Amino acid sequence: MINQYKFEDGPELRDLFITVDDPESHITAIETFITYRVVTKTTRGEFDSSEYEVRRRYQDFLWLKSKLEEAHPTLIIPPLPEKFIMRGMVERFSDEFIETRRKALHKFLNRIADHPTLTFNEDFKIFLTAQAWELSSHKKQGPGLLSRMGQTVRAVASSVRGAVKNRPEMFTEMNNYMETFSQKVNLLDKIAHRIYKEERDYCNEMKEYGPIHTLWSASEEDIGDSLKGLASCIDRCCRATEKRMAGLSEHLLPILHEYVLYSEILMGVLKRRDQIQGELDSKVDALANKKTEKDLFSEEIGKLEDKVERANNALKADWDRWKQNMQWDMRSTFMNVAENNLRYYEECLATWESFLASQTVDLHVDEDSEDRP
Amino acid sequence: MARPGPGSAPARSAAAEPPSPMESTEPEPSGSRPEEEEEEEEEEEEEEEEDESILSPPEQPLAAMEDCLAKKMEITVSEAEKRTGRNAMNIQETYTAYLIETRAVESQSEGQCAPVESLWRRYSEFELLRNYLSVTYPHIVVPPLPEKRADFVWHKLSADNMDPDFVERRRIGLENFLLRVASHPVLCQDKIFYAFLMQEGGWKEMVNETGFQLKADSRLKALNATFRVKNPDKRFTELKHYSDELQSVISHLLRVRARVADRLYGVYKVHGNYGRVFSEWSAIEKEMGDGLQSAGHHMDVYAASIDDILEEEEHYADQLKEYLFYAEALRAVCRKHELMQYDLEMAAQDLTSKKQQCEELATGTVRTFSLKGMTSKLFGQETPEQREAKIKVLEEQIQEGEEQLKSKNLEGRDFVKSAWADIERFKEQKNHDLKEALISYAVMQISMCKKGIQVWTNAKECFSKM
Repeated sequence: MINQYKFEDGPELRDLFITVDDPESHITAIETFITYRVVTKTTRGEFDSSEYEVRRRYQDFLWLKSKLEEAHPTLIIPPLPEKFIMRGMVERFSDEFIETRRKALHKFLNRIADHPTLTFNEDFKIFLTAQAWELSSHKKQGPGLLSRMGQTVRAVASSVRGAVKNRPEMFTEMNNYMETFSQKVNLLDKIAHRIYKEERDYCNEMKEYGPIHTLWSASEEDIGDSLKGLASCIDRCCRATEKRMAGLSEHLLPILHEYVLYSEILMGVLKRRDQIQGELDSKVDALANKKTEKDLFSEEIGKLEDKVERANNALKADWDRWKQNMQWDMRSTFMNVAENNLRYYEECLATWESFLASQTVDLHVDEDSEDRP
Repeated sequence: MARPGPGSAPARSAAAEPPSPMESTEPEPSGSRPEEEEEEEEEEEEEEEEDESILSPPEQPLAAMEDCLAKKMEITVSEAEKRTGRNAMNIQETYTAYLIETRAVESQSEGQCAPVESLWRRYSEFELLRNYLSVTYPHIVVPPLPEKRADFVWHKLSADNMDPDFVERRRIGLENFLLRVASHPVLCQDKIFYAFLMQEGGWKEMVNETGFQLKADSRLKALNATFRVKNPDKRFTELKHYSDELQSVISHLLRVRARVADRLYGVYKVHGNYGRVFSEWSAIEKEMGDGLQSAGHHMDVYAASIDDILEEEEHYADQLKEYLFYAEALRAVCRKHELMQYDLEMAAQDLTSKKQQCEELATGTVRTFSLKGMTSKLFGQETPEQREAKIKVLEEQIQEGEEQLKSKNLEGRDFVKSAWADIERFKEQKNHDLKEALISYAVMQISMCKKGIQVWTNAKECFSKM
């Protein structure tokens, strides 16, 4: 499990510790689903207790994410693992799938806990502490799905016109950045998967390659030992390759995937900011045409201006934070990739060097003449 | 870079040096490394070293180590050239010709360079030479030629005979073949071989004049024909079994190696994509940009490094291939023994039946059913004169047969003795060469690992600056 504590929230400063584990299958008449145990330990005063243990299913996480997006439209909400994973045709309830999802859910909650604003969100607290029935009844409150959708549609309609031309330079830069970043990170994701596949294929061939030498050694007298030695070298390198692959799938692949999701999230956040601005702009345009009712309008406009400013500031701050985290994540992940590869090559090197040593010792014994180093 | 050499793993200076001017260095006879040439022994009979062994009965006129042609002469196949010409059917064809260069080795004290002689030969002439040697010396494990067509290729390699890499590897293989023959105690003395090296014109006619094609036993070509041999020398039976196993296991190994090479190529080359994307990504990053850009460069280096690595591995594959083909030569010697034994047993059987016939005629008793017996019963017996005549003929045939059997027996025993001597020599050579090949494989892997460590250390450094 990777608990990535960012430099800004050192372990000493944390007062909320969350783990997601223990996936369990539940079978009812209607459906089968998995729940995960969510354990929270905290010293915060707002929490009634210092320790909580609840069970949550994927739907609950989705609910939490949408509530957070609703409450903080221009904050960067961490990504949730997708509902289904098409690539590789992993079965919905295979152990691999469940474990990948569990890790991602764990990261999701911890990222929220690390976020200076989101960590104090009320729905977040309820998610961590409420028993199953409490959560269900809480979910039913609040604006319905339809009304939420209605808002979004109206907002989109009004924003499309004005947002781009009045957008502050900073956010245009962000948009441009995100477009390129999104493209590149998607490519990296594909490349990383491709490398994983090639390494797996290589490993499979090596599994056949080694034993042939052992088979050969059976018909040889003199060189039988050398052949067997070679076979065992190949086997060891094969296992080293498997370790390298495991490293990829544990670190690089999940991180790149998260940032693929992040790029979608960020594009969404930028759009929402544009929408908020759009609301203001359309009201300002409307005011320009109306000479009367200025006072009424100006109060509304004042409110919208505040809203826009708050949204912009929130986004700017979160953006900076996100970039720093991204930099940290990418650096540590790729360094991990390099370390994995180094370990792989060092292990193989040691294997072959010891084989070589054993062979040249024999040569010295046999020939009793000057020899190769 | 490891090259296929009969037993020598270090780069063959003979192949790598430019053809002229040649320094008067010690030649590199197949099977011994340059340092060991100082230990040139003087005695005739030698403890075997590499493939210059002389484990043979004293009556065989084998060349002593220092008399082997390989010691007296530097032989290289230094160039390959594309040619066009008209073949026997007057159709234009393209083929490759190879330049064979030879130079007599002067003793170091004279310090003079003998002139380089050279001539061009094409692959088919090498084939003719080898066929001639196989037929003329059936008791010798004749060194094999490099493959006619590219086989066991992995996807990047071309299967085209005109491909320059294939031609280059074939050039090395042909040189290796000549050096193997030149350092063989029996084969190196052959006049046709010498003429192959020295006499461009009229060589083909010379070979054909030996009439070796007539000596060739067509039955040897029928690989799958089995002969019911009652008393083969068990060692040859085992050896044939071994050669089959060797062929099968090396083919399998080469096939899988080609697939492994393919996969390894894939792993390395995909990393090259990182280079491109990192570079593009670095354009939008301020702090991460430099680290990304330089890391990308190292990924490009990593991706490019596989080409050399796999090219070196091809030489290893060629070393194995030589022994794949050697297995065939080994098998041929066993076959020859089988055939000789078969002929012997047939001749013995024939003699026995003739003796029996003779006895029956003489004593008048019919022990076995025979058509003659039946017909004589039905149509009356022969006259005594007729019977006498028959007995006389049979007795002559029996005498002839006994002489033939005696000589066949002798032939067979001589064959077994001399073949087994060469087989022992071959075994030593094979064990030495294969062991060296395995060592060179390990050396290649080590080099590959070191390169990988270097690249990823550099990349890690760059990533840490992101």
